[in-house]
Amino acid sequence: MADDHSDIFKKSQEFLQMLSKQKDFIQDLLKENERLRFEVANLRQRGTGDTVDSLLRQELDLLKKRLAQIESEKQELAAACQRVEEENKDFAQRYVEIEEQNNNLANLYVASYQLHSTLDFQEVVHIVLEIIINLIGAEVFCVMLLDEKTNELGVIAQEGHEGAPSFSNIRIGEGILGTVVKTGEPYYINQAETGYQVDFLHPIAAIPLKIKENVIGVISIYKLLVQKDAFTAVDYELFSLLAAHAATSIFSSKLYSQSERRLTTIQGFLDLLTAPTGKQ
Amino acid sequence: MEGLRFLVVEDSPTMRQLISFSLKRFKGCKIVEAVDGVDALKKLQQEEVDMILTDINMPVMDGLKLVSLLRQNTKTRSLPIIIITTEGAQEDRDRGLALGANAYISKPIQSSHLLKIITDLLEKTP
Repeated sequence: MADDHSDIFKKSQEFLQMLSKQKDFIQDLLKENERLRFEVANLRQRGTGDTVDSLLRQELDLLKKRLAQIESEKQELAAACQRVEEENKDFAQRYVEIEEQNNNLANLYVASYQLHSTLDFQEVVHIVLEIIINLIGAEVFCVMLLDEKTNELGVIAQEGHEGAPSFSNIRIGEGILGTVVKTGEPYYINQAETGYQVDFLHPIAAIPLKIKENVIGVISIYKLLVQKDAFTAVDYELFSLLAAHAATSIFSSKLYSQSERRLTTIQGFLDLLTAPTGKQ
Repeated sequence: MEGLRFLVVEDSPTMRQLISFSLKRFKGCKIVEAVDGVDALKKLQQEEVDMILTDINMPVMDGLKLVSLLRQNTKTRSLPIIIITTEGAQEDRDRGLALGANAYISKPIQSSHLLKIITDLLEKTP
């Protein structure tokens, strides 16, 4: 009997707890309802009668406009970026060109500095050979001077072949070298393109050694170094500038050595004339 | 890269001047010049350098012999060496590199090319 009572009491306790929870839940629902009503009232008041849909549509329109604006800005930026890239490429190209020019100027400066550093004829000739090997990249070549008395070209230095080739019969206007001396115009063929073989009467390049319009000799090139396939555009420019410096340098050193010889001869005569006879 | 010390070994005064001219692009660098291999060894006893640039064809002692001797010496074993020469054939290049040169440049040289090789080598050097 006592067990029955305690069971009923337990169940009533559980029922009461359930009722209490239900009450809390209903109270929560009422609060949420009130909050939502308040929210709807607010929205109605703020939209001056517009519905939520129209507000959303407006928001969407704004976003579309902003998107279009961003898209146009993006295109502008892409175009600007392309322009900058093109400018950058242009600068890079110019930098390479300037570097090349700088290199050529340095070559020319060093070459002319060396050429004019001495008045010794043999030393000048040696410097000319060095320049042709190291700056032009020639392996087989000759430096010839024009004999003013005979009007013939004579070899003063050569590099890369055994024994100097005979040029004794080359007169002004004869063959490639004679024509170069006569016209004062350089002659070039491209070694790589023609499959050229060394032929001393047919150089791959012949550059006149000119002082103003006066040709004093020729540099003739027969073969380039193995690592150099052909002349480059810069070589032609460098060649003519170097040839002009080489010409003045060779000419002045030749004149200097001639004047030195004459001075020694005159000094010898003077010594003879002024020397005491010894027979009194 | 400032204050670098270079040893230029070259019998041609024109090439010595041209190489030195290019090297002056390195701010505050010091250039020691030698006319052949023996002269280079003498200069190395007097001066410490960061890099050697040498020709091959030189009187008294050529560049290949110089490279070989430098690689046998503990003091100069790891010193960067660049060969600058007219000998442009592949077998010459292979020979120079096999002897211990770090780079091989054929003449005529381009200043920018030389400077790039020097910079690359110095960056690799510990």
